[in-house]
Amino acid sequence: MALRRRSIKDTRGEAALFRVRALVGFVLILMGLSVLVVRYSYLQVQRHDEFALRSENNRVKPRAIPPARGLIFDRSGVLLADNVPAFRLEVVPEQVKCMQGMSSSVSEVASQDDGDTDTSKKQQVKCMQSMLSAIREVVPLDDGDIDAFKKQLKQNRRFDSVPLKLHLTEDEIARFAVNRWRFPGVDVVPYLTRRYPYGALFAHVVGYVGRIDADDTARLDPDRYKGTSHVGRSGLERSYEDILHGEPGYELVEVNVDGRVQRVLETHAPIPGKNLYLGIDVRVQKAANDAFQGRPGSAVAIDPRNGQVLAMVSVPSFDPNLFVNGISKADYTGYMTAEDKPLLNRALKSAYPPGSTVKPFLALGGLELGVRRPEDTVLSTGEFCIPGQQRCYRDDVRGGNGTVNMVRAIQLSTNTYFYKLALDMGIDRLANWMGSLGFGKKTGIDLLGEAEGILPSREWKATRSKYAWFQGETIIAGIGQGYWNVTALQLAHATATFAGHGTPYAPRLVMATQAVKERPVPLPNPPAGPSLIRKPHDWDVVNQGMLAVVNEVGGTAKGQFTGFPYLVAGKSGTAERFSRRSNDYDTNKNTAYLAARHRAWFIGYTPAEAPRIAVVAMLESGAWGASDAGPIVRKVMEAWIASTGGPVPPNNTPETAPGPASGEPSAPEAPEDTPMATPADMSAMPAENTSAPAPDDGGNP
Amino acid sequence: MIDALQARFLRFVRRVMTRPRIDLPLAFGLFLLALVGLATLYSASGGNMAMIGGQATRFVMGGMLVLLISRIPPPVLRSWTPWLFAASVVLLLMVAGFGEVRSGSKRWLNLGVMSFQPSELLKLTMPMMVAWYLHPRQLPPRWKDIIMVGILIGIPAGLIAEQPDLGTALLVSAAGAFALFLSGMAWWKIGSLLAAVGAMIPVAWHFLHDYQRNRVLTLLDPESDPLGKGWHIIQSQIAVGSGGLFGKGWQHGTQSRLDFLPEHTTDFIFAVFSEEFGLVGVICLMLLYAFIIGRCLWIAMEARDTYSRLLAGAIGMSFFVYVFVNGGMVAGMLPVVGVPMPLVSYGGTSAVSLLTGFGVLMSIHANRKTHS
Repeated sequence: MALRRRSIKDTRGEAALFRVRALVGFVLILMGLSVLVVRYSYLQVQRHDEFALRSENNRVKPRAIPPARGLIFDRSGVLLADNVPAFRLEVVPEQVKCMQGMSSSVSEVASQDDGDTDTSKKQQVKCMQSMLSAIREVVPLDDGDIDAFKKQLKQNRRFDSVPLKLHLTEDEIARFAVNRWRFPGVDVVPYLTRRYPYGALFAHVVGYVGRIDADDTARLDPDRYKGTSHVGRSGLERSYEDILHGEPGYELVEVNVDGRVQRVLETHAPIPGKNLYLGIDVRVQKAANDAFQGRPGSAVAIDPRNGQVLAMVSVPSFDPNLFVNGISKADYTGYMTAEDKPLLNRALKSAYPPGSTVKPFLALGGLELGVRRPEDTVLSTGEFCIPGQQRCYRDDVRGGNGTVNMVRAIQLSTNTYFYKLALDMGIDRLANWMGSLGFGKKTGIDLLGEAEGILPSREWKATRSKYAWFQGETIIAGIGQGYWNVTALQLAHATATFAGHGTPYAPRLVMATQAVKERPVPLPNPPAGPSLIRKPHDWDVVNQGMLAVVNEVGGTAKGQFTGFPYLVAGKSGTAERFSRRSNDYDTNKNTAYLAARHRAWFIGYTPAEAPRIAVVAMLESGAWGASDAGPIVRKVMEAWIASTGGPVPPNNTPETAPGPASGEPSAPEAPEDTPMATPADMSAMPAENTSAPAPDDGGNP
Repeated sequence: MIDALQARFLRFVRRVMTRPRIDLPLAFGLFLLALVGLATLYSASGGNMAMIGGQATRFVMGGMLVLLISRIPPPVLRSWTPWLFAASVVLLLMVAGFGEVRSGSKRWLNLGVMSFQPSELLKLTMPMMVAWYLHPRQLPPRWKDIIMVGILIGIPAGLIAEQPDLGTALLVSAAGAFALFLSGMAWWKIGSLLAAVGAMIPVAWHFLHDYQRNRVLTLLDPESDPLGKGWHIIQSQIAVGSGGLFGKGWQHGTQSRLDFLPEHTTDFIFAVFSEEFGLVGVICLMLLYAFIIGRCLWIAMEARDTYSRLLAGAIGMSFFVYVFVNGGMVAGMLPVVGVPMPLVSYGGTSAVSLLTGFGVLMSIHANRKTHS
């Protein structure tokens, strides 16, 4: 065995052996290289489509271009909500470099593959913190800015820019420009912000937009709102958000791995939001607002022929411009703590007992349901007692109005007549009839947040109380007291429905929309149902009663409309703010108390032959409906006549110049100084009559 | 005195330049490869002329190194071998003692003026040492010799793996193992050794660093961590796959130009190549590598003695390991380890150490058997 192992090397044999091994090795190597080629052909041929797509997705990113928000105009084309260029501070998180001489950028730290991701994240947060504290010395930031920024930071990709502060002042822009080199990844970027030239005048109608916050991002369609910074928060800005917002466009950009744009491949322009045209004329709105002289209350005017809202004010109001780019804490607490609640839209959300203003509607119900004939009379003695009960109900006038028929009962607002009528109708029929006029439910106006008020009924009481319905409750329901609660809008809606001969229309603030470069298109507003009045004569009777209120001797509002060019029909309402049982009501003779102890209502419409405007005014605290709320209605009607080019009343025309928000520094020229530049398109506006305002002027269907 | 030395040196240089004793086909293959490497680097670096210039300079210096080393006869090399090997192992120990730590591993030795990785030396001194050891022995090697060679391989490979630098450890041990393979080690011995190594894998897994284990795990399911550790693998495969049959064209690879592909000038440059030149380009490059390796083995077969044969063969075959490991890594077949694509990846050390090996091959070629 050992002998076979020669100690001398067999050189020739070795060479041969090597040759074999080298060949085998080479074959193995070729096989190995073939394995590689097979793997590459698998990736490059078989899975080519998949990887080609992924490579394309890597490279090409869509970038949203936010649409310009639709503008809002008044009836004649006066701008109520405008887009104005402004500048904001934006931060691209991943480009933020560390302060205090830390040399590495955030992205570099993050890209170390073996680096602990936790530490790099902490590093990023630290960098962001140091940047924020450093930038605060250049551009003042409040905590709200920082909070909103941090919230958005979490939701965005690291290469998407996040707004840090909106609406920079010129001074801030200049100061940042000088220090810009210190803040990589931070830049001043132009954008469009919202401006409300009329400020407080339309705050409760137009509303305002606000910066999109974390709750909004959860609610909004992320695709439609990519790149958009503001969303409608209240008023029409909110309820017409869909129409105003528009559709974002996008551009396809080639990005590198850091998301930095290399070039734009293609652009798809955004579709701007549609413009809105309101039925309100800025002059009418202004007149209505000024008529309140700052006293809390609200007024609503509606065109009975189509439901268009012609004026809607809630006093006091607020400046919506403060909310657009984030309201300061001081301003906000100021509004929130103010005793007269300027942020509350009284026309829409505050419900009060309507008082005697419900009487014409009840009378109409009596006729329609066959409970009363116009000539039926009731003796008013100053007190109405239910047979067999102790409790009695009073008339306004001691001794009563004597024998009254329906017309006279409306004219004099005779309680006894309506106590009896309510009793004869019964609560069920009463509630049913009044409900058909829109009380106790939403009117369907194109605003969000309407209050429903309270329509007294057995059903309503059953949900609130364990007691059954009492007959006495029916009686006081007949004069708009007791459980009754209505909003000014509801009452205006009911008044307009009546004035329009019973045809109900949902109130509409917006009468037309206008896509960019197109003519305005009227928004259809078909009647919500058939006319509520089956016998036209019934309407004549109640109309006669309401005319008597204003025009006949003894009418509760006689004298309020002296010299008015058209016939006005109306009804006052005076609801008690405080219980009559309190001693104050009778004993407190303080004049301030007397002037404020009621809620003063007045409803009216004109021209009475063919009504074209129905107005409701409500003062939260007034002495009497007719004398306090009546003049407000008159001023609204006068302004409306003036705005439609009708005859201006010869006398009693104080402040006919409804200048735009006199106190507003940002307000534009007064509309009547600069002839209103009504867009040519506006000739196509519905229900617009710039010509002779004949009372029989045909309205919209 | 100095004049005389200078004159001698110049004479030597002139001789090297005028009568190069090199193998033309191999030189041509390497030249072609260097051109492909420079072209790919130009595209991958986005036309960074500083990088191109640096790489080209290294190629020129490497080429001169090839010419110089080709003048050293193999017997001289063989006589230096134990000393060279011992020196490189000592340097490795010094690294383990007071090496420089860079991004979590201790691979560098700072010599004041420059720092370098002693492990690179082993890529050449390891096959030299194995060839030196087997040269006087009776071949095929017996168990005793195999174990000796195993120890020779194991000590430096273990030191390198400990740094940790798994890629280089793999290359170094492969170079040694190829010498053993070429020496004619019996197939059944190879088989049982491989079986033993296979049995060791679970034990080795235990000794791997966490990041190394993660690399293996990520390879198995890259999508599990698409932005973290799987990013390299995913983006590299996207680059390769999107290249298709004919590629996106030179300088049109979006994955690298837009920086989606990490390390696209170094370890992942082959992904750029695949993206821009497609499967056709990959096959051509593989054929070029096969030609170079084949030529190396041809030179080995023509070599005069055992030492030269084993050394030349081992250098040629370890060239394949580079290609296979890097190509497999880029294609998502093998874990991410720091093995460059030879002469294509950007980086000085590897190009120089590779070309030094080819210098040895040229020397072996120059001293081949006179009759053939």
